Amino acid sequence: MTSSSASASLRIRGAGGASLFRHTLLFWLGLGWFGILILPWYHAYDGFWSFIWVSDGWPWDDEYAPGVLQILWFDRVWLVPLLVLLALPFSVVWRPRTHPSVSRMLRFCGGAGLFWLFLQGFAIGLRGWNGEWLLAWLGSPGPAQEGMGYGALLVAACFLFLFTQGWSLRGGVQGDGFVTGTIGLNLVLVALFIFYPVSRILFSALLNEDDQLSLALFAEKLTSPRIWQLRCLYSELSCGVAWNSLWLAVLVGATTTVLGLAFALLVTRTGVQGKKAIRAVTLLPIITPPFVIGLAIILLFGRAGAFNSFLHWAFDIPPSRWVYGLPGVWFAQTMAFTPIAFMVLIGVVEGVSPSMEEAAQTLRASKWETFRTVSLPLMRPGIANAFLLGFIESLADFGNPLVLGGSYEVLSTQIFFAIAGAQSDQGMAAVLALVLLGFTLTTFWIQRRWLGQKSYVSVTGKGDAGVPVQLPRRVLWGIGSIAAPFVVLSVTLYGMILFGGFVESWGYKHNFTLKHYADAFALGWSDEFGLMWQGAAWNSFWTTLQISGISAPLTAGLGLLTAWLLTRQRFAGKDVFEFVTMLSFAIPGTIIGIGYILAFNVPPVEITGTGVILVVCFIFRNMPTGIRAGVASMAQLDPSLDEASLTLGAPSGTTLRKILLPLLRPALIAALVFSFVRAMTAISAVIFLVSADYDMATSYILGRVENADYGLAIAYSSVLIVVMLLVIGLIQAAVGKRQLGRRHSETVNLGGAG
Amino acid sequence: MTSSGTAVEFQNVTKAFGTVKAVRDVSFQIQSGELVTLLGPSGCGKTTTLRMIAGLEMATSGKILIGGRDVTRLPATDRDVSMVFQSYALFPHMSVMQNVGYGLTMSKLPKPEVEERAQAGLKLVGLSGYEQRLPSELSGGQQQRVAVARALVLEPEVLLFDEPLSNLDAKLRRHVREEIRDLQQELNLTVVYVTHDQEEALAVSDRIIVMKEAVIAQEGTPHQLYETPQSRFVADFIGDSNLVTGQLEVAVGDTGTVQLADLSLVLPHQGLLSGSVTVAIRPEAIRLQPPTEPGIPGTVRKATYLGGHMDYTVETPLGELFVMDPLMEAVHEAGTEVHLQLKRRGVSLVRD
Repeated sequence: MTSSSASASLRIRGAGGASLFRHTLLFWLGLGWFGILILPWYHAYDGFWSFIWVSDGWPWDDEYAPGVLQILWFDRVWLVPLLVLLALPFSVVWRPRTHPSVSRMLRFCGGAGLFWLFLQGFAIGLRGWNGEWLLAWLGSPGPAQEGMGYGALLVAACFLFLFTQGWSLRGGVQGDGFVTGTIGLNLVLVALFIFYPVSRILFSALLNEDDQLSLALFAEKLTSPRIWQLRCLYSELSCGVAWNSLWLAVLVGATTTVLGLAFALLVTRTGVQGKKAIRAVTLLPIITPPFVIGLAIILLFGRAGAFNSFLHWAFDIPPSRWVYGLPGVWFAQTMAFTPIAFMVLIGVVEGVSPSMEEAAQTLRASKWETFRTVSLPLMRPGIANAFLLGFIESLADFGNPLVLGGSYEVLSTQIFFAIAGAQSDQGMAAVLALVLLGFTLTTFWIQRRWLGQKSYVSVTGKGDAGVPVQLPRRVLWGIGSIAAPFVVLSVTLYGMILFGGFVESWGYKHNFTLKHYADAFALGWSDEFGLMWQGAAWNSFWTTLQISGISAPLTAGLGLLTAWLLTRQRFAGKDVFEFVTMLSFAIPGTIIGIGYILAFNVPPVEITGTGVILVVCFIFRNMPTGIRAGVASMAQLDPSLDEASLTLGAPSGTTLRKILLPLLRPALIAALVFSFVRAMTAISAVIFLVSADYDMATSYILGRVENADYGLAIAYSSVLIVVMLLVIGLIQAAVGKRQLGRRHSETVNLGGAG
Repeated sequence: MTSSGTAVEFQNVTKAFGTVKAVRDVSFQIQSGELVTLLGPSGCGKTTTLRMIAGLEMATSGKILIGGRDVTRLPATDRDVSMVFQSYALFPHMSVMQNVGYGLTMSKLPKPEVEERAQAGLKLVGLSGYEQRLPSELSGGQQQRVAVARALVLEPEVLLFDEPLSNLDAKLRRHVREEIRDLQQELNLTVVYVTHDQEEALAVSDRIIVMKEAVIAQEGTPHQLYETPQSRFVADFIGDSNLVTGQLEVAVGDTGTVQLADLSLVLPHQGLLSGSVTVAIRPEAIRLQPPTEPGIPGTVRKATYLGGHMDYTVETPLGELFVMDPLMEAVHEAGTEVHLQLKRRGVSLVRD
């Protein structure tokens, strides 16, 4: 028996790991060589998905030549080290992988290759050497090159994964090449698409018009009265934009928290009818482009709006533009961000253990005393959390202040106007961006450090048999009087959005018309061209669907992968890694937008004006949502499940695919839906990044709003909302149902004991 | 049963989590066909040690060999080791058959062979006919057997068990541990078994490695550990012990004379030097006699009737002693004066 089982064991688990490792290495090396020998090395202006180059001069044309020909034909000798570093790893591929030299060689070639690739990219620009001291040292103008293209991309990937394979051979992260690769990829992407653009802003803030370092000018701009003056406290004049932003954020944070808490209590602690409807209504703003509510508010309360017309008719009060400015923005943001507070607080309210309230009551506290001394204090960290979230959202919001701000200037819009406005002061935009970033990061930091350790939520997984205490009467009345107007207003505003598109000219001509829909989405037919997309909106509509459709799965995938790293793997610096990945949540879209323009307008990574930059922007803007959905649901899965799969011989990539992914369907849906919806509705970063070829629905609508073409804007917005609902339904149908093929699968005990 | 070489070997293995050392400079060998238990209180490093064999943790330093091959840097996937998890870790979305066949499929066996081997594995644990069930449709004991079958069918060099009985109720535990032992003997498997339950360890093991605070406290057969614990910790952890202080006088050879109050005993000196030493006395090694007999005088403080035997707490000049007495004919009530005598077995000198 002994001998037979021993020989059998050799048969079942051969040296699979070793050959898999060799295949992985050869795959990446092959890809790298393909990149440098065959594919165009430099960025082509035809677009990432355009393959015109195949028939248009490749490989001998300067623009399309692969790396090797760039060296031989066009004397770009600085690419030679890359060839050497791609060749060296072949010397160790056939050595046993446990040999220390293998790891050393891979780490050296991968690290040095990546370093050299970026170094040459940043050092040699479109017009020769980049930077004063390089010019001084090596003489001007020096060699020139375009931004990196497919070839460079593949070579970079090859170097990165050679390095991470080497790292795993050293025993990094349980010796798992897939995990080290994922971490490496994540780090490089975050560095390139978050840190680099943000640091470019800082850099740009420090330079004067002649691109020289000027700390004095920076200090002057940073302390300028335009940002910090307080004259509104003692005069009619307006305060600095920083104070405006902060004051608005405090107001919005407070109102959204109160409203969110009211709804959370209403839904969980009262016998009120139609709870599902309330949940649905409060979630509506999530699928609404952020400024659409602002638009509806204009229709309702603007100069020509229903409210003013009524006042004029009834009391002869002349219509005015009172809604533009702080009241309007405050109102719009409250409507828009209350759902976020609601979602945070409903978890908090549900997390208050009923048995604690019962305990208080058996200790002779009345309902009101129980609420005041037990329930409310237990919710306090959650309430603070909701406030901070509302605060950050308000600071970062761009669409509503743009539509409704009037003369009330806030940071996010002033950043935009500093770039896009008449004066086009990049330095000022950068300084404003830094101030805004300072605010949001500080808030984010407070939220994580201070509230992170202060959660009283007492969900233990053990059954809590208690029944939540009924709310005291006075709280009930308070909630009702807050929530009812909100519901009425929400319904009215959405009614506006639905009907506004069918009215010829709001406030003036209220006859029914399909004109706006026809303008936007008309289809034509000609015998010559067949179907014609005549409507003005089709172009941006298809672009939006395409970009959102591409970015959603990538965002969800990268988000879940990161969540998997954060919950399931241990590696040095994980805390920092987590903070950094969640950081992009705290960076306002406006800042990402301006950072992307500064960073990616020039080589080595030149992607402005393409669809790629939009996709990339969405991925990194929305990834935190995916990460959170993933972290929350992975925390519920017993880690032994993955470990079991690993010890049964499945590599970690396979484990992720076959074990975790099927069990993570709900999180996957959530991540997909959120990233899709957020890509469809985003405006703040997008408005910097759209181009004639790639215009997005939101920026197109905003353009219509600026031209006071409200009818088309509203019509387009309601179409977007309907499309989003459809797509959400489709995603759910496609990903969600397959899981239900078997009985009782959801009742499995997934929690490990001990 | 003939052993055919060393299945697992640890050479000076250390595992650090940050600054905390979970396992410190540990070395041991496990022979093929042996069932070895890693035993110790929680946090002693036994589970970390097991997970290092599996490749789920990477050793910080030292060398790990499995079947004579250095696997120190090899990930779990590539080690010829299977593990039965505490929570069983059955994949909830896969049928019993898919669960058991998972490792075989991953090993790229052809489909008919996967089925055949999985069937054989299920038969071995007595679960033929349950192939199409989901794990959630099985009882705890059945789930555990599926987990065992899933690990077994890979015919691994070493099979690991991480506290496999802790999720079962007390009655079932005894039964399942006997099944595991039978299976191990029958198939001549090499098994490493982690538990914190000393009775379980004594019942299933060929050899036990007792761990304490990241190092090995003692290793040996269940018999050796129980009869001659070398340290205060092992004496106390495996079974019950009364730890009292006596005076040792080392004689020629391996033995010495220990003075315990009025008694003097000749015991192996365990390398201890003359002077004050700790003596471990098993509760069943103390005989209670009427005061007319010679022995250490004492007073019964507590007498508990437990059906099969009596538990006594007796106050003596050596301190309070815990006594287990199977002699139900002569029960001593609380307050009775007694004289204590020691049996030959169950008394040993231990290090502090």
